Amino acid sequence: MDNADKSLKLRSSKRNNIQRLGFAALGLITFFTVLPILYIVVKIFVEGISAISLEFLLGFPTDGMRAGGIMPAILGTVLLTFGVTIAAVPLGIAAAIYLAEYAPDNRWTRLIRLAIINLAGIPSVVYGLFGLGIFVLFFQFGTSILAASLTLGIMTLPVVISTAEEALRTVPRSFRVVSISLSATQWQTIRRIVLPQSLPGILTGVILGLERAAGETAPILFTGVAFYLPTLPSSPLDPTMALPYHLFVITTQVPGMPSEIQYGTALVLLVLVLGLNLLATIIRSRARRRRQW
Amino acid sequence: MNKFILENLSLTYSDNVQALKGIILEIPAHSITVLFGPAGGGKSSLLRTLNRLNDLADVKQITGRADLLDQDGNILSLLDKNTDVIALRRRLSMVFARPIVLPLSIRQNLTYGLEVSGVHERGRLDQSVEHSLQQAALWDEVKDRLNDPATMLSGGQQQRLCLARCLALEPEVIMLDEPTSGLDPISTNKVEASLQKLKENYTIILVPHSIQQAARMADLAAFFLQGELIEVAPGNDIFINPGQVKTRDYIEGRFG
Repeated sequence: MDNADKSLKLRSSKRNNIQRLGFAALGLITFFTVLPILYIVVKIFVEGISAISLEFLLGFPTDGMRAGGIMPAILGTVLLTFGVTIAAVPLGIAAAIYLAEYAPDNRWTRLIRLAIINLAGIPSVVYGLFGLGIFVLFFQFGTSILAASLTLGIMTLPVVISTAEEALRTVPRSFRVVSISLSATQWQTIRRIVLPQSLPGILTGVILGLERAAGETAPILFTGVAFYLPTLPSSPLDPTMALPYHLFVITTQVPGMPSEIQYGTALVLLVLVLGLNLLATIIRSRARRRRQW
Repeated sequence: MNKFILENLSLTYSDNVQALKGIILEIPAHSITVLFGPAGGGKSSLLRTLNRLNDLADVKQITGRADLLDQDGNILSLLDKNTDVIALRRRLSMVFARPIVLPLSIRQNLTYGLEVSGVHERGRLDQSVEHSLQQAALWDEVKDRLNDPATMLSGGQQQRLCLARCLALEPEVIMLDEPTSGLDPISTNKVEASLQKLKENYTIILVPHSIQQAARMADLAAFFLQGELIEVAPGNDIFINPGQVKTRDYIEGRFG
């Protein structure tokens, strides 16, 4: 082995060391990022699991919410999530189809896209104030499930639109050209080829949007939730209790609150949201396995 | 009787590339017309102008005329804004260079064209599936797995499926844009043999992937170079006795 070879080998082992060091550093950083999340989940689980019982999940709160169950809050969050689905999903998917398939690329559509991206970045409390002004006061829906669902819907809309548009755009253009060349109209092409192929991606986006809506407090604070309700809502125009707000109330507004009920409530909310997240992941990985392109 | 009559057809894309320059060409019915020449000659642009697939592209300007004559002498102006392009694309079906099967089953790929046109009778669709697969020499290979995903087929089978899918539309004209460019010689042979049979009933326009294929297939051959139509002549003539210097140079392999 002559000198040139030696120095090459030295240099390459040095570069390998640098690479190993880099990987180790990145791994460590990742670990520290995940650590607090893990801690929160484990802490909530450990502290809250003892509160979970059939009575807790299915009963009304008693003793100034210091005992009993949280069923009205769970039901409220389910109702609100359902309301958001109706308010945001059809409209959002329709808008995404327009933007991805029909809209020409001009100043107007670029402006619309910019607006959608910016809407996604607006603080949720601003949506709450907007909902108060428009739905509660102007349309006189009052503090109600309807007003809260619409407010959450408007907040969720940008997420649904941009993820659905993204999903539609991943369908190869060649499928569209072939379909058109086989005498399909543009709408037939969208309905028979593009939508079925992008549906898993769209669903994932929808679920992630719903998940965010289910966990929000600020937008429903002024528009639809109540501190405590002795009865369940009987129409969309009634106010409701909801998990995130209930959690806020029992942790800050009720003196002498047993901490296991607080953690139990947080656990239920967490499981609900993570459950939706898991559903999105399952849909995505299943679709990826079945995809043929 | 002539099937297509092109007069002074010119096409400019929005990036100011002039893809076709004053093309004058008559394409006869029930024969194979081969459009050959080096890449960028305007062959694909011509096909996509005829079935109006160029509507999807960024076209700046089209001038001239392109007419389609049917058996009864009716003239359809292809470039007319009011032409029903959906009906037009049923009459002028197309096979692309890369086999692009739709992400559906073999059967669904074949019935797609009829179904979007409103045909849903099971019997007619079944008949169309079998007939078109037989015409494309694919029936024996896939008849037992029509409900499998079309992507399970090999490249050569996929391209024959694309040809069969075209035929299932019951078109008058089949346009093929380098249909065998990615295929092995055996599959290429099968496609070419199908085309030779099909020309009895269809008007075929073929962009070949080699001069050899052009020579094998052409009843009429048209040589395209940089958007211009240099020469048109019967296939058994042009490859032996090219009338133009450029055609001869290309056929002899001096450029291209």
